[in-house]
Amino acid sequence: MKEPVLEIRNLNVDYGLGDQAVHAVRDVNLTLHKGEVLGLAGESGSGKSTLAYGLTRLLAPPGVVSGGQVIYHPERGEPYDVLALSDRELRAFRWSETAIVFQGAMNSLNPVHKISTQLTDVLEAHDPKMSSHSRNARAREMLKLVGISPDRMDAYPHQLSGGMRQRVMIGMALILQPQVVIMDEPTTALDVVMQRQILAQLIELRERLGFSVIFITHDLSLLVEFSNRIAIMYGGRIVEEAPAAALYRDSLHPYSAGLLGSFPALRGPRRELAGIPGSPPDLKGMPTGCSFHPRCPKVFDPCAGNIPVLGRPDTPDGATRSVACWLHPVKEPVG
Amino acid sequence: MTIPTSSVEQVIPGQGAMAQPEEVRPGKAKRRRFRFVANAKAATGLVVLGIYILFAIIGPWVAPYDPDAQSDDLVAPPSSAHWFGTTHLGQDVLSQILVGTRGVMVVGLTAGVVATVFSVLIGVTAGYLGGTWDDILSVLSNVFLVIPALPLIIIVASTINNAGSTIVALVIGLTSWAWGARVLRAQTLSLRGRDYVEAARATGEKTWRILFFEILPNLTAIIASGFVGTVIFAVTSEITLAFIGIGSISNWNWGEILFWAQSQQALAQGAWWWFVPAGLAIAFLGTALSLINFGIDEFVSPRLRSAGKTKVKTVAGRTVRMRVGFTPVLDNSAAPHTHATPVPAINPNGATPVRRKEATP
Repeated sequence: MKEPVLEIRNLNVDYGLGDQAVHAVRDVNLTLHKGEVLGLAGESGSGKSTLAYGLTRLLAPPGVVSGGQVIYHPERGEPYDVLALSDRELRAFRWSETAIVFQGAMNSLNPVHKISTQLTDVLEAHDPKMSSHSRNARAREMLKLVGISPDRMDAYPHQLSGGMRQRVMIGMALILQPQVVIMDEPTTALDVVMQRQILAQLIELRERLGFSVIFITHDLSLLVEFSNRIAIMYGGRIVEEAPAAALYRDSLHPYSAGLLGSFPALRGPRRELAGIPGSPPDLKGMPTGCSFHPRCPKVFDPCAGNIPVLGRPDTPDGATRSVACWLHPVKEPVG
Repeated sequence: MTIPTSSVEQVIPGQGAMAQPEEVRPGKAKRRRFRFVANAKAATGLVVLGIYILFAIIGPWVAPYDPDAQSDDLVAPPSSAHWFGTTHLGQDVLSQILVGTRGVMVVGLTAGVVATVFSVLIGVTAGYLGGTWDDILSVLSNVFLVIPALPLIIIVASTINNAGSTIVALVIGLTSWAWGARVLRAQTLSLRGRDYVEAARATGEKTWRILFFEILPNLTAIIASGFVGTVIFAVTSEITLAFIGIGSISNWNWGEILFWAQSQQALAQGAWWWFVPAGLAIAFLGTALSLINFGIDEFVSPRLRSAGKTKVKTVAGRTVRMRVGFTPVLDNSAAPHTHATPVPAINPNGATPVRRKEATP
């Protein structure tokens, strides 16, 4: 087992307060290991982005973290809880320890500043003593690393293509060499060729620089291909978490099976594509028991009664994966 | 790869109702009526403005004295007989303010309406029609922009013998619409290129319909702030006119009070009750109108609406503020919030899946 870098323990995120609150993320337990790409998949509104913003405390009001811990293990020193940091510590923690590439990152660049200004700005904020010459050198190096010619340093964002802007954003996220990079659907706006290029580059960079990635997307096929482990979210909970290959080969949770059944395989016999009937649950009025049971093709007696706990299933590879489903008896709960 | 939109009932008969349990919904989700008044700023502004309008109507009747009536209490400080004190002629200041309210309100609101109507007509037309019309109307509003309003009002008011408040209101209204027209023209120019306006045009909507149903609703905030701004401007203009001694002497208004206070050197005499009430009346009217303006802004543009409560109490008892970038953490313990039940390793009761279909990969 590799050593963990980020441990999420029973994270709960609400929108709103009191009895008006909508519980968008509930009791999520997740561990990100060093050098790992952890995929987070699920339908729209399943809480993927809320989870990522909640653990970095970036949610805008009325979002609140209503409970849980996010234990970060720095390269040197004792692990600490990100949710307990003071504002000043949090500012220092951000970007240098965890960086985030936002949804629609292409529009996150300020159109009136050169990309060199925007790249060096981060360095200036986190290391004011650095000379402007070395800042520039670092920015050039970063651009080269993400596959953009350093002579584009003085370009404005509108002079770059969408894919290049995305690369700039990724380079900007990596410029302080964080241990954890959270990517929230970073390639959704790009065409598949560009998606693949950027992801391949990301994987290569990860091998070279050794950071870990939490990759959020609703494109499960993308995750199967290049992530190490995949966590499937539904209705604010993690319903299944497994190594990518294991999840693809035999998924335990009917929801994961439904997601996997909704895109075509490249090889093998042709099969009928099946979607998941119904629509994601209303977070204001969650079904009782397992929140997936009204849509589940394998629903049976206990499903509506109680919420199944996420735990190690009773399968041969049970030690490496976890699932929350009444169909799969759990040996030991996770978290 | 589209997911069929079949309802839950079709898939699992009898279980669909469980998907959306009605009773779980919080009762407050109902659409609230009088949402505008529910806004604290707007409510405060409306209440204060309502008091002003009330006194504008009933002021002359509830005034304890005739504002012109002289008495023997000269420059007397506030007392039970004269709540706001008296002037150098022994006139009751409270009565003067109450009687003066009507003139101020009439001039302010009339001028505001006149200027708003003109600015909407000219600004929106110029912005939407473009071309020659835009040029002509822009030149017109530019000319009116450079006309100095106050000197013009002074000239007009002193030329017309015994100019009443209506004349003053019309002059103020007719000279102060140009700024609003420019702002509205610019905003209309930006709106007319938006996709939904283009779409409306493409589907063959009539020009008037596009103007009234597509563009005007999006200009509400600007129109409202223009109206409120003009009312404040008109009120101060009228008071200024009266203060410098132009306008009819027969009509009392707050400027008139300030004029006499100034000419009789109330400040040097220490007669603060002479000018402070009138000044505060002006200030509160302006505040009320601004508060209404904020309320309108938040009402028509939901993005400006502040999200109700911003202070949160944590489990530890500390109060934290909701801020962008620093999501409050209510509870920092790792205890689970919901009660998930472990799936028993040995299923009791031999629970076999009742509706377990074969997987359809």
